[in-house]
Formats: sequence, structure tokens, C-alpha cells
Amino acid sequence: MKLNAKIPAGPIEQKWTKQKFNYKLVNPSNRRKYNIIVVGSGLAGASAAASLGELGYNVHVFTYHESPRRAHSIAAQGGINAPKNYSNDGDSVYRLFYDTIKGGDYRSREGNVYRLAEVSGSIIDQCVAQGVPFARDYAGYLDNRSFGGAQLARTFYARGQTGQQLLLGAYSALSRQIKAGTVKLYARREMLDLVVIEGQARGIVARNLVNGRMESYAADAVVLATGGYSNAFYLSTNAKASNATAIWRAHKKGALFGNPCFTQIHPTCIPLTGSYQSKLTLMSESLRNDGRIWVPKKKGDTRKANDIPESERDYYLERMYPSFGNLVPRDVASRRAKEICDKGMGVGETKLAVYLDLADAIKRLGKNVIAERYGNLCDMYKLITAEDPYEVPMRIYPAVHYTMGGLWVDYDLMATVPGLFVIGEANFSDHGANRLGASALMQGLADGYFVLPYTMGNYLGGTKFKPVDTKHTAFQQSETKITEMIKKFLSIKGKRTVDEFHIALGKILWDYVGMARNKAGLKKALEMIPKLRGEFWRDVNVVGSGNELNAELEKAGRVADYFELSELMALDALHREESCGGHFREEYQTEEGEAKRNDKAFSYVAAWEYAGPNKKPILNKEPLKFEYVIPSQRSYK
Amino acid sequence: MNITLKVWRQRNPNDTGRLVTYEAKNVSTHMSFLEMLDVVNNDLVKKGEDPIAFDHDCREGICGSCGLMINGRAHGPGRGIATCQLHMRGFKDGEVIVVEPWRANAFPIIKDLVVDRTAFERIMQAGGYTSAKTGGVPDGNAVLVPKPVAEDAMDAASCIGCGACVAACPNSSAMLFVAAKVSQLALLPQGKAERTQRVLAMVDQMDKEGFGNCSNNYACEAECPKEIKVTHIARMNREYLRANLVEK
Repeated sequence: MKLNAKIPAGPIEQKWTKQKFNYKLVNPSNRRKYNIIVVGSGLAGASAAASLGELGYNVHVFTYHESPRRAHSIAAQGGINAPKNYSNDGDSVYRLFYDTIKGGDYRSREGNVYRLAEVSGSIIDQCVAQGVPFARDYAGYLDNRSFGGAQLARTFYARGQTGQQLLLGAYSALSRQIKAGTVKLYARREMLDLVVIEGQARGIVARNLVNGRMESYAADAVVLATGGYSNAFYLSTNAKASNATAIWRAHKKGALFGNPCFTQIHPTCIPLTGSYQSKLTLMSESLRNDGRIWVPKKKGDTRKANDIPESERDYYLERMYPSFGNLVPRDVASRRAKEICDKGMGVGETKLAVYLDLADAIKRLGKNVIAERYGNLCDMYKLITAEDPYEVPMRIYPAVHYTMGGLWVDYDLMATVPGLFVIGEANFSDHGANRLGASALMQGLADGYFVLPYTMGNYLGGTKFKPVDTKHTAFQQSETKITEMIKKFLSIKGKRTVDEFHIALGKILWDYVGMARNKAGLKKALEMIPKLRGEFWRDVNVVGSGNELNAELEKAGRVADYFELSELMALDALHREESCGGHFREEYQTEEGEAKRNDKAFSYVAAWEYAGPNKKPILNKEPLKFEYVIPSQRSYK
Repeated sequence: MNITLKVWRQRNPNDTGRLVTYEAKNVSTHMSFLEMLDVVNNDLVKKGEDPIAFDHDCREGICGSCGLMINGRAHGPGRGIATCQLHMRGFKDGEVIVVEPWRANAFPIIKDLVVDRTAFERIMQAGGYTSAKTGGVPDGNAVLVPKPVAEDAMDAASCIGCGACVAACPNSSAMLFVAAKVSQLALLPQGKAERTQRVLAMVDQMDKEGFGNCSNNYACEAECPKEIKVTHIARMNREYLRANLVEK
């Protein structure tokens, strides 16, 4: 397949402006004639649906939740970046662009990233106007903090609940449009197939999760805003229901999947305690601004943290990276933590944890200041572990958190299926091989508020549509296929639960397709995953029926997709014989143990094409060109 | 430790429903309450029985999906937590725990412990927003919001919409939920322009949904996982009174 990223020509700072001018428009009085389906109601989905609704399109929003406000964007803590330069520390659009390209380890597109940096300032203004109570100073000005790997303060925040406040802002705009009648909400519906007619995305089939009915919906364009696939690992910081089904089924209908092996491990999560563990809890890495990370110098030290004298502590990040210290990017911080634990220096019951110590900051700034900055995180930690982080250091360990990979999209955020748009974490586009902190919220909202409304107009205005309704055979075929799949699940009546399979799959991914990967391990994973998938289809036990609220059935469909996606992740990781960002291949590292890229061979987006069941997917390559930020070895020393 | 659970089971909205007893064995004190239910459910599935349905998602107290009446208390014992943040270390070995859904006419039961909270959606749609369209808004620093005001607004805005306030209230009143939004937007200069219509529309919708009135019981504040204060209800009442005077 020939990939055309459609990045506009011209100087980087003019690309978006020029492109917006070149886009076709839809006359305001004609907009209501177009139907747009938006699947997902998180930051990207809610902001897109609200904005498209305001423009006058007929928007249909689908969520498997009872309410758009439950979407997992709500759990983002730390903040959102914007180069407003309110801190007068020399920030600019160009600098945010530069940082994002570099942070992504030169595996993202310059054109897309520049646009992201360019529109990010407007996001802050928009959210303020919606009534998002960002942190302010006594005079009333917006406050900024430095966050995850940035050397300046460009992060806007609302306590440790920034994602919640931004989502509630987008949700309020969405609610307003629902009231106005431009947006219709379909809650407790799960998209189970994309319907493609004559090469165009023309609708979806969804299951009504309350009564189990199959429902078909036709439209002129479909937007997927369904988030990432971290939950393939079973244990991740994602919410329990977050899943890859919508993007995976769209992939099987022709949308290429970009860089599936680019997954991000977040360095500051609460460690695992037992086999019953249902998810991992992230604590904002803003903690690394004031927390010092250390382990005992002695292997297998069983003393309590506070009994270990200063001289016997190894503040390993400060030692290894004198200029960035505890603020090195996420992938570096995570890998170093795993390494030091693998060497036997880990702490806590499982020895799979390092300390994050607030003691020095409390001494320097006082407990009140620390409580003001991190109060909710400290409370959360105490709730889960029954330990007081103001008294003893927190124990942290990395966990899967975000997926940079996703469906391939062009500059217009359109997938390889015309009329299918993919926004937010669900697409692969802006973060390259590693996402910087406080950039996920930025990208979700940039796509939804300020990019898609224009690119959608261009598509609708420039495309001829044949009338299509849900009586079309393509809808019937999809409904039949899904109904058969559900019947199959219910008929297996095996011995193992869906969760048991999911946990087993997650363990394979964590061990072999996790933080550090190698050829032998990836090959092993590629043998183990299909084998387990075979067992799943023979031995899973899905109880209940298909015509009621049935959580087991919902999970079964999602896990079936994870099996297929996991194989692609491993295959992609195997083929990419270099290390970059979150993809760390042990064979390819510098003497200091840093990721060693191979720009000559791998400076491209790997866009995988579905070739049919049990067939090897086809690799397509989109070469990456760097005209402004010349690739160099990342160094945070 | 071992726990005896008495759980509300109800197949669908028309079913009468009943408490069913389950034994949860070898429960770790580190487990969260929902993880304990996961283990019970996994065992039920193994036996071919229908697992207990309950809403949950983020499991870190922010999405507002989960909400169980545990021994008669919304989100169980402890203050300032959602059900997912409740841990088994707070219970005793051998304890009997009664688990029920939110009980309110405005929250009909869908299945077992899952209730329909879309009444909250309609209240939000009635006016829980500023009419700021995408684009065309001033710079974020153009309108100043002094820190104490921003903090007060943030206190109110931290509502997760779980419905514990309704479940805890003897009148099934949604006053705390509605007040949190009204108060947040009334405090902020960005919300002032529409304060009159907003409070009237939201209170009107709240009444239509069948929520009860506030009788200053304050159970809502006691059980709110985000510890939102009833002073926001006072502010809403003031806004409501003002709006009625302005309107007439």
C-alpha cells in the first residue's frame, strides 16, 4: 500500500495555516445534512463531538460507559503543556515542538508535532472559558509547573486532577450540544465493527450492553477516539474497561496499525502486592519534581528506609544524570528502576520497587507546601498501602501506562480507510517512540477541538456520498459476524475464566514485550501467544447469555482482540532492530545502556496491514524526514 | 481472613431482587473491596454461575463509576473514598458485609448492583456548562481568578458524579451534586454571565427527575468521596433565590 501522509509543503511554521486555507469548507446551512459518528467520549472524543456539534453537524457519540464523564481521560493527574511562556523562561511553540520531537526519539512527524505545539495554547484558553479551575496565584494569574523531563515551567494543572477537570470541561461542552440537539448520545454501547462500503467508512455496529441487541448506525464519517491498548498487558494504569476492540476491528477492516510496539511504561506507579491485583495505580510523575529516587547501596538490605543512613543510599538517577537528575524522561527512569531491582537493590516485600522520598523537600519547603502540591497523591498512596509518605518514602515501580502506537493516520488524522478518522491516544501520530509528560491531554484536546473540525470539513466537503442506510448488506454481514462470535463464546463452556487468560497473556507481554525486549524473547512470545490464543478459543468459560448486561461476554471480546494485537506488537518489536524511546531492544544500546537508534535503517513509521486470519501482516513504511530537528543521540546527562 | 457477603442480586429492572449469601475465603488485607468481589466473581464463573454485576472502571477513585452501599453506608466505612479505594484491611475476620446498590427512585436498578444514573446527565445538560464555543475565547490570563476563588471552585469541581450523596440522603436528594456544579460556575467569573438561567434550569431538572429535597441532614457531605461541603448547597440556595428575584 502506498502511504501518503499528506504533510503540507512549506516552512514548518506555515504548514498548518496554509493547509487550513486550502481545506474545503462545508456551508453552515449544509452541515446538518452530514452525520458523523464519534466512538469514545474521553478528551479527544468529547472535544471533537462538541466542536463538530457546535459547527452544526449531526453528531452521534458512542460510549460503553453510562456517561461520557467516566472515560479514562478523567484519571490523568499531572497537567497539560502549552508554550504560553507565562513563566518567562524562554518557552515558545518551536521549543515545545523541538522537545516533543526529541522526547519522541525522532520517530514522529515534524509537521504533526509542530501543529500540536501551535494549537496547544488555545486549549488552555478554551478550558479556562469552560470554567476549568486551573491552579492560579493570588493575583489571579495561571500557575505553571515544570513536569516530566521539561526544563521549563509550561505545565498547567488543576491540583492532581487535571485530566478530570479538562474532561469535565469537554463533557460540559458536549452536554450543551446534546441539549441543543446537534449531538445524540448513545451510552452503554460498545462498537464491535466498522462498516466499510465501497471503500468508505460508513458506519458502525454496536452492541447495546444493557439488553445485548445488535444496533447498526450509518453515517458519512466515523471518528474513533477510543484510547490506547495498554490493557493488553492486563495490569496497567488504564481503567478496567479501556480496550482496543474498536481500533482492532477497524484495523481488520483496512486501517493500518502504526508502530504497535511503541508502548510507554510509567515510572511512578504503586507496586504490585498480590496475584489478585486488578490494576496498577499511577501517581503523577510531578512527584519527581520534589521527590528523590533512591535504593539502598547494599544488595538485599532489609532495614527500614528511615534506618538507612544517607551515606548508604544510592540516588541513582542523580548520580547517573547530573543535569536532569530525577527528571529524566519516563522511559529512562523506568528502565533504570527495573535494572536496579534486577540487580537486587529493590525494596519492599516483592523487592520490585524503589523509594521516592519527599523528606528533603519537606525539610526545605515545609509539609504544607508539599501537601498543597501532592496532597491528593499522598492520600491516594496512603489509602492503598497504609503507609504515610510524609513519614516514610513511597515505594514506586514502573507500569504500562500509555501506547504511542495506534491506527496510522495522515496529517488530516484520517486512517487508510477514507472517512475513518482516528484521534487522541487511538492514533499513532504525535509522540513518536515516547510521549512526554503532560502531552497526552494536549494531544487529545488538540485533535478534538482544533484539528478534526477543519479536516472533517475538508473530507465531507470534498467527497461524494451515495446514500447509505443500515439496510445495506454490509451492516447485516457485520451484525451476523458479531452475533456468531458471541454465540461461539457462550458455547465453549471451558474451564478457565476470561480474566485467567487475560492475566496469562499479560504476563507474556510484560516478560517479553515489556520494558526491555530481545530477539529470543520476542520469538518466544510469538510462539506463546498463538498457543494461548488457541487454548482461549477452546477452553474459555463465558457464563450468562447474550441478551443481558454481561460483563464476562464484554471482556471475552476484548481479550480475543488483545490476543491478535499482542502478536502484532511482538512482531513489530522483533522487526524494529533498534532501540528508541519506549521500545528498548537489549541488543541495541550504547555503552551507557541508553537506547541506540538506527536512523539509517529504521527512521520510518511501521504501518502494518491486516492480511487475513492467521496470515502474516504486511509491513508498509512511511519514511520520516527531519528538516528542523536533526536527530541526535538523546542525552540527559 | 474470611468474610461472609450478603449481596443484592436482581436479574433485571423488573425482577424483585434479594440478598444472596456468599463466602469469601482467604481474603488478603491488601485487597481492595472490588478486588475481593473480583475473586468472588471468578469463583462464581468457575462454577458456571452468573457473576455479581457492579459498575467500576478506573479503580482509583476518580471516574465515579463504582458505588456500593456497604453495611448501609455509601462507599462503605471511611471518609473521602470511593468504593474502589476501600481496602479489606478495614474489615475484621469473620465479618458479615451487606452489599447493596444505590437506593433511590431516580436511580433505577439495571442489574444487581448496577444502577441507572442518567438523571445526572439530564441535569448537566440542563445547564451545567458555560456557553463557550470552541475558538473565539480570550487568553487564559485575560480574566483573573484569584487563588482563593480558584481553590473554592476546584473544591466544588472535584465532584465525580458517583451519586453517593443521593444514596446517603434520607430524602434521596441530589442537592450536593447539583450544588457542586452550580457553585463552581457561580464562583468563577467565566460562569457568571449565565448564573441566573443555569441555577433555575438545573434545579428544575433535578426536581423533574424525582430527587428529594434537602433537609439539612448533611449525610451527603459525610459520605462524599471528594468531601464536598454542604456550604456549596448554601451557595446554590442563594443563587436560586437571587435568580428568582432577578427573573421576577
